[in-house]
Amino acid sequence: MDEPKLKELEDALKERETGHYVLRLYVAGLSRISLRAIENLKKICEENLQGRYELEVIDIYQQPVLAQGEQIIAVPTLIKQLPLPLRRFIGDLSQTEKILVGLDLRPK
Amino acid sequence: MEETDVQRELSHRQLAKCPTGIQGLDEITGGGLPRGRPTLVCGGAGCGKTLLSLEFVVRGAVTYGEPGVFMSFEETSEELAKNVASLGFDLADLEKQKLLALEFVYIERSEIEETGEYDLEGLFIRLGHAIDSVGAKRVVLDTVEALFAGFPNELILRSELRRLFRWLKDKGVTTLITGERGEGTLTRHGIEEYVSDAVLLLDHRVVDQIATRRLRFIKYRGSMHGTDEYPFLIDESGFSILPVTSLGLDHEVTSERVSTGIPRLDGMLGGQGYYRGSSLLISGTAGSGKTSLAAYFADAACRRGERCLYLAFEESQNQIIRNMRSISLDLEPWVKQGLLKFHAARSTLYGLEMHLAMIHKLTNDFQPGTVIMDPITNLPIVASHNEVKSVLMRLVDFFKNRQITVLFTNLTHSGELETTTIGVSSLMDTWLLLLSAESNGERNRLFHLLKSRGMAHSNQMREFIITDQGIDLVDVYLGPGGVFTGAARLQQEAQEKAAALAAQEELERRRRVLDRKRRIMEAQVAALQAEISAEEEELQALKDKSKLQQKIAAGERERLALARKADAPEFNEGE
Repeated sequence: MDEPKLKELEDALKERETGHYVLRLYVAGLSRISLRAIENLKKICEENLQGRYELEVIDIYQQPVLAQGEQIIAVPTLIKQLPLPLRRFIGDLSQTEKILVGLDLRPK
Repeated sequence: MEETDVQRELSHRQLAKCPTGIQGLDEITGGGLPRGRPTLVCGGAGCGKTLLSLEFVVRGAVTYGEPGVFMSFEETSEELAKNVASLGFDLADLEKQKLLALEFVYIERSEIEETGEYDLEGLFIRLGHAIDSVGAKRVVLDTVEALFAGFPNELILRSELRRLFRWLKDKGVTTLITGERGEGTLTRHGIEEYVSDAVLLLDHRVVDQIATRRLRFIKYRGSMHGTDEYPFLIDESGFSILPVTSLGLDHEVTSERVSTGIPRLDGMLGGQGYYRGSSLLISGTAGSGKTSLAAYFADAACRRGERCLYLAFEESQNQIIRNMRSISLDLEPWVKQGLLKFHAARSTLYGLEMHLAMIHKLTNDFQPGTVIMDPITNLPIVASHNEVKSVLMRLVDFFKNRQITVLFTNLTHSGELETTTIGVSSLMDTWLLLLSAESNGERNRLFHLLKSRGMAHSNQMREFIITDQGIDLVDVYLGPGGVFTGAARLQQEAQEKAAALAAQEELERRRRVLDRKRRIMEAQVAALQAEISAEEEELQALKDKSKLQQKIAAGERERLALARKADAPEFNEGE
């Protein structure tokens, strides 16, 4: 493993320890499902990750190239970029328990 | 206004078609795939679905100037580009020219967690973006069923697929959707129910260890189309599909004649040879000279400056060239000049339909005026007689349609000389039969012209002679003793010559006898005449003598009368 990669990994591990979350939510316009997903996610984050998360909501209607780059097919798609491992959730994020397990906030 | 235009167009025309540019496919569909509608291409693994669909967009871009989108669910753009580079398709260049958009959709089931209601709007947006970026008229989804592996909620997926196809229709793009064939169904997940316009099935079947690719339109709504299974080839120039059904018996004919390469044979065929664009069959027993006759025909075609395609199923090119040299026929210069092309392949190399597709392709590439298939006898090894017959029928139609003269050779066995093993004689316009007849301890080749449609032709049997000077046809001996050929013919001819000589001599002798007789007679006549004239002379002499004597006697009497003082003579009563 070369130097920068190693550094990246170390950083990531540090992030994991500190528990800092980077989340991206891809939605298609402000549809009913989109709004519901944003609402659900915000609630989860406020309740479980207060102060230690970054959330970016991306409308793929406006940025279709991002959809291509991130291989978005189903919307809404939530991608947990940090901490590793990367994880994807699709749907309106209404199944809170499933999400909490996926975000490593609850033991399986 | 617009609506009435559309209505008028619909009532006046069939469904609008989108030409694929794929060899043969447009022929069987009467112009291409339904324009602005989705078509499903299904088939098993490795049957050529991806290639067909990729060729559809590439040809559309290159040939028809219609940009396309290729959305791949299985292979990345790099992999695709690599796979088709051997076909001469430069995908990267087409992308640069904005004629093609490659979109790779990656779905990893294990990474995805379903957490409630969702839709596939992401797919729509990506596809829509790709379509808009190049102004696409053609779209390929390869293989959309991969979605079923990624999204376990079939209910959502199916309704989204239905929405997708409707959306594509609304966009007015001609779409090809590929699908893997399932057990007992056309596609594994039954997506054929959403694509109701046209369904194309590709098949890769192995029969008797010979694999043949075939293609069939299961459905083509609103359009006439060929319903048969058509064999197709995938080779270095991509797909080629062979419309094998008879194209109808309405081909143009010509009364132009072409030489057989053998003057005597031309003579037997009404003095001019074969009709151009006719089908010829040379059948004969083993070693009767079929290939030689075919090679002469090839040579004659090249001499006319025509291209000739020689499909050899039993001998290699070099072997044929060497063997023909032994009868003073050098085919090599024609090969070098590019007028003669050999294609040597064992008939068992691949299936019959493949042969047909191969011949079709070779003919399209080489554009020959004459095609020789030597021999067709072994084709039934790879298929049933009926199949062979139907394939030959299609071949004959195909060649006739293009005014290509085609010559088949066929090996027959003694005892069934006037039947061909495959029963194709009725397809043939001209049928030559070669047979080797055994008599007096030798074999000689005999030649018949069994039929030749549309021309006055000789009904005579000829002896077919192959020497190191070439082929010749000579009259056989026909006489009260029967038909003689070879040494028997020569012997018979010698005997006749001797007999004629003897008769000539007899005549001479008789003439001499007569001459002699005449001369004798003339001599006798001369002798008799001489005798007569001698007698006449004698008679004259006697006459003269008696006159003199009378004169003397009268003189004496006068003297006496004078002496007797007789009266004057006027008183004399005497005298």
